[in-house]
Formats: sequence, C-alpha cells, structure tokens
Amino acid sequence: MTAPVLRVEDLSVAFHTRNGVVRALDRINFAVDAGQTMALVGESGSGKSVTAYAIMGLLEEAGKITGGRALLSGTDLVACSPRALSRIRGRRIAMIFQNPRAALNPIRAVGRQIADVLLRHGGATAANAKQRAIEALQAVGIPDPARRANAYPFELSGGMCQRVMIAIAVAARPELLIADEPTTGLDVTTQAVVMDLIQAMAAETGMATILITHDLALAAERASRIAVMHAGHMVEDCDTATLLAQPRHPYTARLIAATPSATGRLEALQSVPGGLPDLRRNDLPPCRYAARCERRAEACDRVITMRDIAPHHRIGCWNPLEQAA
Amino acid sequence: MRAVLMRLAGAVPTIFGVVVVTFLLTRVLPGDTATYFAGPAATAESIAQIKASLGLDQPLPVQFWRYLVALGHGDLGMSLTTGQPVLKELVTRLPASAELTLCGLFLAIGIALPLGVLAAVRQGSIIDHACRIISTAGVSLPVFFTGLLLVYVFYFVLGWAPAPLGRLDTFATPPRPLTGAFLIDSLAIGDFETFRATASQLALPAITLALFALAPIARITRASMLAVLGSEFIRTARASGLSGPKVVVTYALRNALLPVVTVLGMVFSFLLGANVLVEKVFAWPGIGSFAVEALIASDFAPVQGFVLTMAILYVLLNLGIDLLNRAIDPRARRAA
Amino acid sequence: MSATTEPAAAVAAPSPVVRQKSSTWRHIRYVLSENPVTLFAAVLFLCFAAMAIFGPAVAPYDPLASDTIRALEGPSRAHWFGTDQLGRDILSRVIVAARIDLGIAVASVALVFAAGGLAGLAAGFFGGWVDAVVGRIADTIMAFPLFVLAMGIVAALGNTIPNIVLATAIINFPLYARVARAETITRREAGFVDAARLSGHRDGVLLLTQVLPNIMPIMVVQMSLTMGYAILNAAGLSFIGLGVRPPTAEWGIMVAEGASFIVSGEWWIALFPGATLMLAVFCFNLLGDGLRDIVDPRRRT
Repeated sequence: MTAPVLRVEDLSVAFHTRNGVVRALDRINFAVDAGQTMALVGESGSGKSVTAYAIMGLLEEAGKITGGRALLSGTDLVACSPRALSRIRGRRIAMIFQNPRAALNPIRAVGRQIADVLLRHGGATAANAKQRAIEALQAVGIPDPARRANAYPFELSGGMCQRVMIAIAVAARPELLIADEPTTGLDVTTQAVVMDLIQAMAAETGMATILITHDLALAAERASRIAVMHAGHMVEDCDTATLLAQPRHPYTARLIAATPSATGRLEALQSVPGGLPDLRRNDLPPCRYAARCERRAEACDRVITMRDIAPHHRIGCWNPLEQAA
Repeated sequence: MRAVLMRLAGAVPTIFGVVVVTFLLTRVLPGDTATYFAGPAATAESIAQIKASLGLDQPLPVQFWRYLVALGHGDLGMSLTTGQPVLKELVTRLPASAELTLCGLFLAIGIALPLGVLAAVRQGSIIDHACRIISTAGVSLPVFFTGLLLVYVFYFVLGWAPAPLGRLDTFATPPRPLTGAFLIDSLAIGDFETFRATASQLALPAITLALFALAPIARITRASMLAVLGSEFIRTARASGLSGPKVVVTYALRNALLPVVTVLGMVFSFLLGANVLVEKVFAWPGIGSFAVEALIASDFAPVQGFVLTMAILYVLLNLGIDLLNRAIDPRARRAA
Repeated sequence: MSATTEPAAAVAAPSPVVRQKSSTWRHIRYVLSENPVTLFAAVLFLCFAAMAIFGPAVAPYDPLASDTIRALEGPSRAHWFGTDQLGRDILSRVIVAARIDLGIAVASVALVFAAGGLAGLAAGFFGGWVDAVVGRIADTIMAFPLFVLAMGIVAALGNTIPNIVLATAIINFPLYARVARAETITRREAGFVDAARLSGHRDGVLLLTQVLPNIMPIMVVQMSLTMGYAILNAAGLSFIGLGVRPPTAEWGIMVAEGASFIVSGEWWIALFPGATLMLAVFCFNLLGDGLRDIVDPRRRT
C-alpha cells in the first residue's frame, strides 16, 4: 500500500473569542490516498471547513491549532513556518470555495489571476504567463479562452467563475485539492458540470480530492470514502457503499434518514433532532452527540477515540448500531 | 474618451445649479449692493439710479440672463479694493493656491495611505492605535490653530522655517512664470536655489493642510483595508500561496482604494475650505486670502467670483475622482 | 466626519422606543464602563456645558477689562493663561467665550436638525417629487466646498452672528436630510407604519407618531457628530473676520488676535483659546462616536 497524500493526526483547533474558548476541532484523524476522492460531511458548524482551513494554515487570527499534525506527503503542515506554508499552498495543496464570484478578485481580469498563481508556482515566465493562463482556461472548458482571459468575474456566470477557480487551484498541479462546498449556490446542471470537471482534473493529474459538503447525496455520488463530522468530532469514516448501507454511528444513520434520495419518499425524511452543543462549554461530554442520541448509555461517559470496527471502517461511538445481517 | 465626455456632460446640471446659487447669493439683499455703491451720503434717488445702472431694477430672470452672459464673457465684475477685474486677480492667484493645496493633499495621501494599510495589516499593533488616535484627533484640529502652532515651534523656537510671509522671501525673485507653480517653474529652469526657497516657504502651510486631510484618509483606508482583508477573494489569494506583498498590495490595496478615492471628494471639500484659513495664517497670496481681504472690505464681486471658482474647481475635482474610480474599477467602466 | 448614511436596524414592534428603555440604560452603562474614552468625553462635555452656563460668574476677571500696564504678560499665578495685547485676562476670555461658541454650534445644529430632519423625513416618507426636490437641494449644496459656501452665504446675508448660525446650518443640511431620509425609508419598509395606516391613521400623524420617534436616536448621534464640525466652522469664520466682532471673547477671534504675536514668541494668546477650541471639538467627536455605539452597537469600528 502506498503512503497517503495527506495524513491528519489528532488535529485539534480552538478559537479564542470574547465569550470563551470554542473547541472547534477535537483530535481529528483521517488520511487521503492519491487519486482518491474523500468527502467530509456534516451539518454547518460541525468543523468541516475548520479542518480544511487548519490544514491550509488559513485559520483566522482567533483560531489556533492546539495539537496534532497534518502530513502532506511527509511534510508536517502544522509545523511549517508561514513562509514555507505560502510556498506549499497553491503548489502542493490547493483549495476552491463556495460562492466563486466572491472568491475571485473583482477588479482583476481572470486571466491575470491565473497568471499570478502560475508565476508564483507554475514556473511560468512573464513572457509566457498570459499564454499559459489561456491554456489553463481552455483546460477547464471555458469557450473562447483568449477573450475570456480579459474578462472580470462580474462578467462571467457563477459556473464560469467556479471553472476559473478550478483553473487557479490546479494551475500548479497540486497533490491535494480541497473543495469546500464547491457547488453550493450553483444551479443543478452547473453543479454536475463543475463536479465532473473537478473529477476529470483529478483523474488527469492523479491528485487527491477532499470534498467538503453538507449534502450527503452529493458525497455519496462523488466520493469513494465518506467521513462524517459532528460538533468538531469525527464520528464515522468508511467507504461510501458501506456507510450508506450499514451506518454504525447513530448520527450517520440519522443523517442518511434526513437525506432525500431519488427512490425514497419525501414523507420518510426525518430531520436530525436537537442542535449542536455549545462548544464553549468547559464540561462538554466525551461524546458530543450524546445529548441528541437515542442510544445513549452509561458507556458513553468514557473518553471517545475513533476505533476500527471492521477493516477500513472506523467509528467514534461506544454503543454503535448493530450490523445488519 | 467618450466616457470622459459623457461625464463632463453629466456635470453640466451641477455647474448650472452652482451658478444659480452664486447668482442668488448676489441678489439676496439687492438694496445693500446699491447702497454700498452709492456711498454713505446717498439719497433714495441716487440709490435708485445706481440700481438702474447696475440692472438691479430688472426682473430676476433678466438679471440672471445678464449674469450668465457676463459669465460667458469671463466677466466676474471688478474688485473695488484692487481696481482689477476679478477674473484677472483670480487667475494670477490661482496657481499659488493650487500649488499649496496639491502639496498638502499629496503629503496627506503619502502618509495616510501607508499608515492606514499598516494599521489594518497589523490590527491591534502600536501603528493601529496610532492610526486610530490620529484619525480621531486629526478631524478635531482647527487648521488655523495647527498652522500657528507649527509657526511657533518651527519658526520662532527652532528657527528651521522661514517667516510665514507668503510664497517667497521679499528679496527673492520668483521664477519666470510657466505654470505659476513656483516649485515646477524653478525646476524647469534649473534654478535650485529658488526651488529650495520655495519649498521651505511651502513646507509649513502644506504640512498644516496635510495634518488636516490626513485623518479622514487614514480612517477610511484602515476601515476599507480591514473589510477587504476579510473578504473571500483575499482568502483565495492566500490559499493560492501568493506572496504577502502581492496579496496586500495587488489584491487588497487596489480594492481598498475604491472607497478611499470616493472619500477624496469629501476631503477636497474640507481641503478647499481649510485652504482659505491656511492662506490667511501664512499670508499666502492665493485666491483664499484674496477673498478674505475682499470680505473684510465688503467688496462683494471678488467673494462671488471666488465662491464660483471654488465650486467649479470642486465639481471638476469630483469629475476627476469619478474618472480615477473608473480607471481602478472595471465594473464602473463597463456599467456606462 | 465619520458620519455614515447606512440605515440602522429596522425595528418591527409598534412602539419599540418605550419597550427598549430599560435595556438601553443597561447598554449605556455597559458602553461607558467598557469604553473609558466615552466616559472621559462625557465628563469633558459637562465641563464645557458648565463653562457655557456659568461662564461670566466663574471667570476670575472681567473678560473685556483691559489693563495696558499688564499687557502681553505670560502665564502667571494671577493670570493663569496670561494676558493679551490689551492686558485682558485670557483665562476669563476663554471661559466666557464658551457660551458664544457653543451657542452658535447648538443653535445651528438645532436649526439643521429641524429643517434637514423634517425634509429628509418627508422625502423618505412621501417619495416622489418631495424626494426629488430635497435631493436636488442637497446635491446643489454638496456641489460647493462647504466652508467656502458658508463664507459666501455670510458675505451675502450680512456679517452677523445669526447669519453664521444660518450658514452653518445650511452646509450641514444635506447630511441631515440624507440620514433622515435613509432611516425613514428603512422604517417605512419595516412594516409597522403600514400596520398603523391600515388601522386608519393619517400620514401626518403617522410621520410624527410612528416614524419620527424611531429615527430620533440616530439623529441625535448625528447631532453630536456634527456639533464638533459646527464649532470648527463658526470659529473658522470668525478667524477670518466674519460673524463675531472684537472685542467679544470668542475662541476663533482670540486665535486670530494671537496670530500676529506668535512670530514674536507670545504663544499664550493664541494657544489657550486654540487648545480649548480643539478640546471642545475633540470632545464632541468622541461623544458622537460613543453615542453611536450606544444607539447602534453593530456599527462599531
């Protein structure tokens, strides 16, 4: 087995706010292999995006990594100096965001924004940067790229802007792409096109992809592995088929029940009861799902660690659902 | 180019409004003007006669038309105190005012922009606190008072600055007029001695104006840099690993400049007013001190001419700001 | 100068002003305890108010009495701020001047508050041609550099204190009209006006009973923020010889009188009135920022 592109070990993040310390991430572990698409799924506030920003070294001022490592092909990103990180970002690890139009510089032609990245990481020279940018636009399927290179974000559709974002992200052929809700806010047909494009780029360059989404259906369709997050904990991590067919963590099961499917009936949809716990509390229970959980037991008062219950299937629960026969 | 012309055309109603107001100002108390011309020994008949000769007995629209025609001929009336046409006085004195105001403005921008940017980039640092104190205290400064303080410290106590008596020492000869701005004119003929003398006379009044204009520029720069630095496209730029200077200057600052440029309009409004006070403090022979002298002598035509000139200059400056805005912001360019 | 024109939060309850009173007090106390600068400004404000009210009573000397033997004396135990070229006590003149300087500012702000506030209220409430006319007037005023326009107005109307008040009010008109208009539109869209209209109230009643009380807080902030500018403006006008005439004690004139002595080193004549003027403006600017925090916490900078 090859070493994973990214291995996250015991990553913890806390935000220091005026109203107390928010323990946004608590001992997160996972790994992504080359070429693999893995999904991080959870409600908003579950810590998916914080995980991504922590790995990228893009946490806002108040956020601090309080422990753990994030190894990108052996380089610990957590230990890197800001300077070293800025050379890795965009070159070895890249990220795309939701709301692509706001994520692009509104007053810089999109071609130049791609050229900026190429000049920084992609070995382009001042002489050929423009040409390389046009090629990059062509590669993400933008028609008439030579003309579009001079366009500004406000002149392009949301889908076009997300293609430009992808072009910027993959400009330097990174090992890992983090896509944070890349299709939120786009219309349905554009969503599919954008996801197809991301996967095509991944297949072409062999890069690993982490897809961050609150949409379990999208994750199920696009990812080979799904990790479920809840309130800053990872609760379940296994291959997509097993997760959907035989979820072991009660929260995963609830999440699946709350997700519309093409075959299911709408009446069958159930929302997940309760809300996320207040992460500023000092007396957070070991299992942060306990307050919402119908399977809560005495065993749940022990400190939770992710454990394997089957090959490549980990959960963070002391009283998991039975395996269906 | 077409856009420029369009904007010029758009400024016409504003200039018309300005002309109407200036006209109305002259006619608010029409009796006074005639009484003033007639002198202290005037009778009712002589006042009426003067009214007739000045056209003040005509209906307002007719008077306005005459005023417009006179304006069209560049006739702003005569200055009673100097005996010169107002237009000629204004034209000779304008370069002195322009040189002072622009030096003050550039100085202010040169200090305020970096200050605001640094304050935003290093939020909570000493620079940030300094920027906040300066921008609150700066708007509280009466320019005429700061000017006097600077004179006291740098002329009387330290002796670094020359006496606050105009653009050049009385014994020095001004450079051959080219633009009317002594700094440029003296450089153009390579007269470095005059350049140095001009610069040292200019320093204190320009610094006074700059201290005044600094505060709003620094304040808005800091605020808009903070807003931009928190925006999503800056996060993208950082996620792309662009270098710090590239992110701050090319990505953040250029976007942050848009509100700053807009605020420059307000800054100009304050600056042109403050200019009058600073000219008085430093005996600067510009149009402001001309207007003040006329005001004190109740010589009305120069004041009107001055108000009109300043207003038109201000409209043109706003036009320039608009064009600058278009140069920076493609959205404004394409919207037209 | 830091005035902004974005509308504040829309409040949806029919008479939110009354309902919020107790929490407002708590909030004011919170802001003052969190923000010692505002507290400092408030104390300073009280000092200036006392000076304006009791000025002549507390001044140690007659501000107009000259004593040519003691002319141009520097600060001493007898004359804390020194004496001017006519031997008048500068401290007494500075104290007595508070009334006229603050009086001009208060009068002009009250005037523009009434005129600009009502115009903006009407423009926002009725829209249409009322809005167009008010907007046109505001734009035309804004087309002038404001201090220059004030000079022109005083020159045209005559060189008197009421005209200084009027001119200062006129140049602030656009600001007030715009803020009042924007606030009114937010309130109108908040819906409780419609609710009141449906229950049969007439427009004029609505405007005064429903909209006006709700835009009041933000307008008061506006007043505090423009007070400093009004003081500066009036002092600037008298510095160039408009409005207040010697021998009246007024900060702008006193600085002007001291100006000619600066070059010969008699700094105290201009310094004390100038510094007091500066402090007064600074006080109102700080107070305005503090009040804004109380009225609209979200707009903190």
